[in-house]
Amino acid sequence: MSLILLIEQVLNGLQFGVTLFLMAAGLTLVFGVMGLINLAHGSLFMVGAFAAAAVAGATGSFVLALGAALAAAAAAGALVEVLVIRRLYARDHLDQVLATFALILIFSEGTRWVFGSFPLYLNIPAALSGPISLPGGIEYSTYRLFLIGVGIAVAIGLGLLITRSRLGIQIRAGESDREMIAALGIDISRLYTIVFALGAALAGLAGALVGAIQSVQVGMGEPVLILAFVVIVIGGIGSIKGALVGAVLVGLTDTLGKLLLPGMFALFMPASSAATVGSALASMAIYILMAAVLIWRPTGLFGVRA
Amino acid sequence: MIPERWLNAALTLGLLAVPLWALWADEPFTITLATKVAILALAGVGLNIALGIGGLVSLGHAAFFGVGGYAMGILAHHAQTFQPMIWGLEGTKSMPIIWLTALVSSGLAALAIGALTLRTSGVYFIMITLAFGQMFYYFAISWPAYGGEDGLSIYVRNGFPGLNTLDPIQFFAIAFTALMLALFLHARLKASPFGLALNAARQSPDRVETVGLSPFRLRLLAFVISGAITGLAGALFADLNRFVSPTMFSWQLSGELIVFLLIGGVARLYGPVVGAAVFIFLEHHLGDISEFWQIGLGVLLLLIVLFARGGLIGLVAGEKR
Amino acid sequence: MFKHLALAATVAAFGTAAVADGHGAVKVGMITTLSGGGAGLGIDVRDGFMLAINQSGNTNIEVIIEDDQRKPEIAVQLADKMIQSEKVDVMTGIIWSNLAMAVVPAATAQGKFYLSPNAGPSALAGRGCHPNYFNVAWQNDNLHEAAGAYANSAGYTNSFILAPNYPAGQDALTGYKRQYGGELAGEVFTKLGQTDYAAEIAQIRASGADSVFFFLPGGMGISFLKQYADSGVDLPVVGPAFSFDQGILQAVGAAALGVVNTSQWNKDIDNATNAAFVESFQAEYGRLPSLYASQGFDTANLLLSAMASADVNDTDAFRAALKAADFASTRGDFAFADNHHPIQDIYVREVIQEGDVFTNRIIGTALTDHSDVYGADCKM
Repeated sequence: MSLILLIEQVLNGLQFGVTLFLMAAGLTLVFGVMGLINLAHGSLFMVGAFAAAAVAGATGSFVLALGAALAAAAAAGALVEVLVIRRLYARDHLDQVLATFALILIFSEGTRWVFGSFPLYLNIPAALSGPISLPGGIEYSTYRLFLIGVGIAVAIGLGLLITRSRLGIQIRAGESDREMIAALGIDISRLYTIVFALGAALAGLAGALVGAIQSVQVGMGEPVLILAFVVIVIGGIGSIKGALVGAVLVGLTDTLGKLLLPGMFALFMPASSAATVGSALASMAIYILMAAVLIWRPTGLFGVRA
Repeated sequence: MIPERWLNAALTLGLLAVPLWALWADEPFTITLATKVAILALAGVGLNIALGIGGLVSLGHAAFFGVGGYAMGILAHHAQTFQPMIWGLEGTKSMPIIWLTALVSSGLAALAIGALTLRTSGVYFIMITLAFGQMFYYFAISWPAYGGEDGLSIYVRNGFPGLNTLDPIQFFAIAFTALMLALFLHARLKASPFGLALNAARQSPDRVETVGLSPFRLRLLAFVISGAITGLAGALFADLNRFVSPTMFSWQLSGELIVFLLIGGVARLYGPVVGAAVFIFLEHHLGDISEFWQIGLGVLLLLIVLFARGGLIGLVAGEKR
Repeated sequence: MFKHLALAATVAAFGTAAVADGHGAVKVGMITTLSGGGAGLGIDVRDGFMLAINQSGNTNIEVIIEDDQRKPEIAVQLADKMIQSEKVDVMTGIIWSNLAMAVVPAATAQGKFYLSPNAGPSALAGRGCHPNYFNVAWQNDNLHEAAGAYANSAGYTNSFILAPNYPAGQDALTGYKRQYGGELAGEVFTKLGQTDYAAEIAQIRASGADSVFFFLPGGMGISFLKQYADSGVDLPVVGPAFSFDQGILQAVGAAALGVVNTSQWNKDIDNATNAAFVESFQAEYGRLPSLYASQGFDTANLLLSAMASADVNDTDAFRAALKAADFASTRGDFAFADNHHPIQDIYVREVIQEGDVFTNRIIGTALTDHSDVYGADCKM
């Protein structure tokens, strides 16, 4: 195996990781501040992708499409928060799981009702298409590099927002003591709606960005949702830093597992069955990673609260 | 308000009456549906022991359902192809042996998963059980020995001594009996010292610990019993369909099991029975009205969560104590 | 909203109105995927099938359509319902091999005819074949074998091949290798439902291959093609038609242009039946038909041709009438081999753009009068 291939795969793992981070950040933020487990986060990812595909189809502009994805997902998030989610904060996790499970059904079939059963078209903008040459003779997709850039920018932005801004102070205060910040005269229900819409917007952004290189179809959110769960469990629920570390770990484990495991089995098995067994194990690798982390630290790498 | 005990008796009679009517009216498919309700309710009763009494919100119970299903699939597959399994063991088409295998193997799976996941609690527990379920799912899909995603077809339903299991009503009787036994076990368990301690561990683990009991061990035992019963339901479900596939491991199924409990009422003895019956009814009748019936199901679930917190039984029998 | 729901229900049920009367009436149970992921395929099969039924004006046929949601358990229950309660004579409609394996053996064992409009798992073509099972589409390996044959004729000697890690994926690679005579630069199994192929594309780039064969149906194929087109790897790609059908080509867009794929059908096959089918399908449903729609259409016409010459209650005669395949197929020549699977030509197509619609055109024939290798194991 050449070094170039390995470096390229590490970049792929990183790119996969930062896209997962966009999803996981919203989930973990919502859990950290409101104590809510949201299964419908994947649906907001889907809403973003569909909004982007619809707007890109109508206007041809990728920038407008990204804007539409952010706006649509944030709006859907705010709407859902006001109508349903805010009634769930005081409930136990079981009610939250069920209500958000119900939201998945409504979002998925509703989207299929509006857009039909066939996948939609969304493509990479011309400016970012094609490969780019990196130092060392590596050819790498410009768009994927752009994704890594966006992911890192969002991570930094989110970090600044939380540590520096007034909203961030309220969010942190909300995380440590919900009653107290209400007593301080902060409009807590407005804060919750904003945080939820922010998480939704990040999911929508992820959906639009990923939708350009994948298939925009109903049900695209759930596999990503489950991966995002794995990410925040590894990173520690409620921790943005944990989400970033967890996302990159999961991205690298998945990508490198797929690359290396079949090869390892080929050392002592016939090539064809090594490919099958190796990829079977590779598809389970991130769950094994998660189990290992939890045995070592039951609240995740950066978790503070169970 | 009707006392819950009377309601339960009425539900038992109702679940018996529907297939008997169908037998009289020569509607064999209605018997099949009633059997499906009984089996899914059995899976729900299993979950209810962990979730209702123990407060353990497992979003990975499909793993045990699937293990039970594959216990049946693998044994019957070897029996129908006359190939021995490992160590020269023969497959079997005998339901009692299959059930025992399903109970033990899904119980062991629950022991392993529980030992790892019960170190966590709350939302971590929900997510990690979900992830373990996914692990089983991907394993079942990509492992080629037993059909992978295609699953395994068992051409003839397995046998039970003295019964003709191919006759829908006799197979219903088996499933119904299993459900009644599980409900009886649940009721006894809940009133037993173990059940009371488990319930206490849900409400206040610290207090349980101070009287010298280990919440972890109580929960682990509950989780194993719960997983084993759900596994038995999986074996029966596989026999109902004469087919097993990785979709038995899917996380949507875990979600649906929770849905049964919530529709009927969490920690209610008959909660899963009501939930499964309503769910199957909706699936078959809303499905006729529209391709998009799941929107209706979603709205109904939302309304139940938001406005009928005790589930349907709660609506009829009133809040608990 | 409710108005729309009601409308959808009418559309779904519009085939059930015909009243069966007297001699030769046939009740058909169609189980297909109409909701959830993959619904597009089932909708195409249903629409193609019902188009043929409606065009025939035959009132002796009643079709009951049910949605399996792509779940094998649901499909098994619907089959039980159709056999036990509705007492259908003929069943059809299943899209996916795993659902077919769950339903078909039990249905044929209970004396029902099953006409497969899509799935053709190898188990049902070989040792598990059944006199009452007819496959009107293809055996699962066929299109992959054709891709292998095309690779030989195009002079490829070092292919990189990939498919999802599940039985149909493993069969796909086996099928390709059966015909393909060159070396393999790599053989990779991806995760079922995988959406990111960056890792595999990097391996392709590093492998020194001269061509790529892939089988990634549905959304997986869309993702792969978009990412492959963007990666700057410009090796020729060949695949079966499943990633290039009319339903998903629009979602792939320009990334698929010029890609070669193999299919037993295309809208430009030159015969009167096909021309009329393409035109009337477009007029009826406002979209171009896919190969799935053509398979549904052919399945219905096969059934109608058998009904014209035999009574379904005379099982032997009806079976012989089906076996004769005395109908005008959209594919031109069509016959059944002894294992009741098609003998047909498989074409090489290329993705082109017509106006703003992406579609395929035939550029050659990969295999002529092709059957499958499993027939030898079929004893009936």
